[in-house]
Amino acid sequence: MRSSAVVGLWGLAAIAAAGAAYAATASVNTQDFKQRERGRQLAVAGDCAGCHTLPGSGHDFAGGLSIETPFGNLLAANITPDAATGIGAWSDDEFVNALTKGTGRSGEHLYPAMPYTYYTKLSRDDALAIRAYLKTVPAVHNPVKSDQLPFPFNVRASLAGWDKLFFKPGAFKPVPNKSAEWNRGAYLVEGLGHCGACHTPKGTLGGDKRKQPLRGYALQGWFAPNITNDQRLGLGTWSADDIAEYLKTGHNRFSAASGPMGDVIAHSTSQMSDADLHAMATYLKDQPAQKEESAPAKVDDAAVKTGGRIYADECSGCHGRDGKGTPGLFPALASSPAVRQSDATSLMRVVIRGARSVGTDKAPTAPAMPSFGWILDDAQVADLLTYVRNSWGNASSPVSADDVGKARRALAKRRD
Amino acid sequence: MAQKLPKKDAVIIGLGWTGSILAHELCEVGLDVVAIERGPWRDTATSFPISYAQDELRYRIQHDLFLRPAQMSVTFRNKAGETALPVRNWGAFMLGNGVGGAGIHWNAETWRFLPSDFVLRTHLTQRYGEKFLPDDMTIQDWGITWDDIEPHYDKFEYLCGTSGTAGNLKGKIQDGGNPFEGPRSRPYPTPAQKQPFSHTLYAKAARELGYKPFPQPSGNLSEAYTNPLGVKMGKCTYCGFCEWFGCANYSKASPQTTILPALMRMKNFEVRTESEVTRINLDRSRTRATGVTFVDTSGQEWEQPADLVLLCAFQLFNVQLLLLSGIGKPYDPQSGEGHIGRNFTHQTMSGAIGFFDKDKYNFNPFVSSGAIGMCIDEFNGDNFDHGPLGFVGGGYLGQVQTNGRPIETTPVPPGTPNWGPKWKQAQRDNYLSAVTATSGVHGSMYSYKTNYLDLDPTYKDRFGRPLMRLTMDFHDNELKMSAYLTDKFSAIIKQMGAKQVVPHLRKGPYDVTAYQTSHLCGGAIMGSDPKSSAVNRYLQSWDVPNLFVQGATAFPQNHGYNPTGTVGALAFWSAAAIRSQYLKNPGPLVHA
Repeated sequence: MRSSAVVGLWGLAAIAAAGAAYAATASVNTQDFKQRERGRQLAVAGDCAGCHTLPGSGHDFAGGLSIETPFGNLLAANITPDAATGIGAWSDDEFVNALTKGTGRSGEHLYPAMPYTYYTKLSRDDALAIRAYLKTVPAVHNPVKSDQLPFPFNVRASLAGWDKLFFKPGAFKPVPNKSAEWNRGAYLVEGLGHCGACHTPKGTLGGDKRKQPLRGYALQGWFAPNITNDQRLGLGTWSADDIAEYLKTGHNRFSAASGPMGDVIAHSTSQMSDADLHAMATYLKDQPAQKEESAPAKVDDAAVKTGGRIYADECSGCHGRDGKGTPGLFPALASSPAVRQSDATSLMRVVIRGARSVGTDKAPTAPAMPSFGWILDDAQVADLLTYVRNSWGNASSPVSADDVGKARRALAKRRD
Repeated sequence: MAQKLPKKDAVIIGLGWTGSILAHELCEVGLDVVAIERGPWRDTATSFPISYAQDELRYRIQHDLFLRPAQMSVTFRNKAGETALPVRNWGAFMLGNGVGGAGIHWNAETWRFLPSDFVLRTHLTQRYGEKFLPDDMTIQDWGITWDDIEPHYDKFEYLCGTSGTAGNLKGKIQDGGNPFEGPRSRPYPTPAQKQPFSHTLYAKAARELGYKPFPQPSGNLSEAYTNPLGVKMGKCTYCGFCEWFGCANYSKASPQTTILPALMRMKNFEVRTESEVTRINLDRSRTRATGVTFVDTSGQEWEQPADLVLLCAFQLFNVQLLLLSGIGKPYDPQSGEGHIGRNFTHQTMSGAIGFFDKDKYNFNPFVSSGAIGMCIDEFNGDNFDHGPLGFVGGGYLGQVQTNGRPIETTPVPPGTPNWGPKWKQAQRDNYLSAVTATSGVHGSMYSYKTNYLDLDPTYKDRFGRPLMRLTMDFHDNELKMSAYLTDKFSAIIKQMGAKQVVPHLRKGPYDVTAYQTSHLCGGAIMGSDPKSSAVNRYLQSWDVPNLFVQGATAFPQNHGYNPTGTVGALAFWSAAAIRSQYLKNPGPLVHA
């Protein structure tokens, strides 16, 4: 279950920005099935439904889903062809501008919860294909007032300044000395897939730290892990096939997706073509490792000892005494980048609250981790995780009872 | 007034093993299917998570997973003429509740019946003559043969990932397996589970006595497995919390661990839980079902119309719904006529406890699984000559010690006080060094004129419907068989090196308060003659051809094995007939 979609963060500053007119070079023909079908596939790759379809509503793309941001919540817009409440009355250029420039129909700035900072890489052809597809979905009359933010974040003018600081408009330019597959992957990862919206660290104003792409970031009660090719923290130990399998099925021999990534896989990547997934994997495998600045802190032997006992009692039945788990069923904890992340938010969450992995057509099992928050107190969770983070080849900073207490209190407020 | 719901292609009553199998088989060919389930939704991580699944008090003693007698019970008597009284606390058998049904709380002993079991009456009368059978014994042939059902056993085993050692591969006897089993088309999908010490010792003793022991086929898996639906199972951790419990490790075959993850993704399937079907509706001709009526938790009554009705509840409740809906002719024990309620059977269980020298033997009985065990099949079915013995039937003899759970596992020698320091000392002395087979002697129970099901004239359920009345007693044939087998079993335990062997014989009358197994069978049996069976060989009602009645309800008698393997195989067999024959030409599949 999800109650909110996955978005990046942003800050606000009040500086004016200039818009640029877009030269129309192509247009939408609703009778062109090929264009429409390509648009559908692109909309899947961009996970448009992840935000714009309210789960359980039965109305695709009619908006209304609450999008969580650190500044308050927004409601996703209705992007069905309804003229009054959707985008039926928009011109193609207005649509392309919204997608690639972050401007609304009357030139107002969109909140970057709409990931135009990534979609800007889209070619105009692809943007129009998405438009062609969206023109063919059923029109739904559903008025949505997107802006639910408190003052001062509801002052849209401030977004112009934010754009100036953090938004680099411009379509994707292929890198000539890389393969076609690599470039396709880059286009998807940096553009439509907007992977960095979660996986790239943000500054205080919520803009991406461009020098640390895909290095991992905590949001919405989870830690979106490092997905560079780093051996210790990233995807270095995964082959391109492992990555593609994970994106297709939600599972591979190491890991299982849950939380927001589970949603992304269910709504987007599991429905993408194998070729595109492999292209994304190829690109990710070529992302330079991002070393940790400092070595892991010293770990208290007593904590590890206590944690080991808790692990043997509560965890080893599924994850194994050797931490190797069962491929496709119980994630491996040994030599696991997910376990080693500098930030233990996801680990604490999964232990305290439990988590259900995503089910897909290729891997329908969707096994779940039960909640242990009612059995283990803060110190026990801390010792357990300190043990797990420092066993079977892992070496990561310890988790304190304080950290667990904070995580527990934060989780108590979350509906998801 | 019942509110009418939109019509479906098929409605399934009960989402346990057979309901899940039928639902998946029919959704796969595009039917729009709804299952209506009396109990709650159940899921591994939320209903029996590893963090409290192994709670003996909650599940074993307090029956957390089971039907509450206040919700629905049965009445019981041994003989016609006695007044049946309602069962207020489950005893001889356990009745599951909720999605997954008995498939959640079983031990996962996944047997096939013998080829001769399916043609039992023909086989026994050919070998011993008609007069050899007791007068009131009503055993029948099933209307199917081994060759009919074998591919469907195979399908169920590969769905479940069953762990075992083949004994007869396409007619070639295999070392280490059961040499008496019917020829199988493939080996088991996963190798047999590893056996703990007492089981290994039992096998050694059995071999010394000239028997051919083999590992019991187990739905608790020896290794991780991905079934043909893409659903993954983990390997068993030998925690010994199987029967009465849900498996927290995804390693016991159940609808939850084998089908539901795939089924619930299908857009043409839905399940309505906590909704109890009160009757199957018929049209005016009373030869066609129009759907079912059910009641939700708020008491609202709903009508669910459907072209096809699949009765997939537990055996007792299948029979009850048939009787309450006026389908088929109720069985009359006086005249022997009628077919709904007849050939009601259970199991004839017995065993022996072996006490060993505590300084020499430490069996660690808690290292176990529900379907672990070494068995011999020399005394099952008609694998041995009954001529000189004066009875028919049999069972497997196994050191099938499924657990060492502390509340139940209290093996103390005869003469020990029932409480106090002496009991405690005896418990300390014997817990680790006694052999207490859970399924020691797993004896058959054949069918009789006098064992049957009908509607109780006095007691009603919460909707005012008559309860099912069970009339059941042991017959001399079963008690003789059980005594003979228990003797053979005790000899093996003795051969293991026990210093004392205490046989636990099954004695009459049938006791509804003492647990045997949950293997209730019959009541709407299959066969080739509508006069003596309720459903044809495809489990299709003779009277209402768009109704199929699944499960052990169809067994003409119960054999010397656990029934679930056969229940699963019959469900696939029936589904195949619906898919390949019925849907193309709806109507009776057998003309009699």
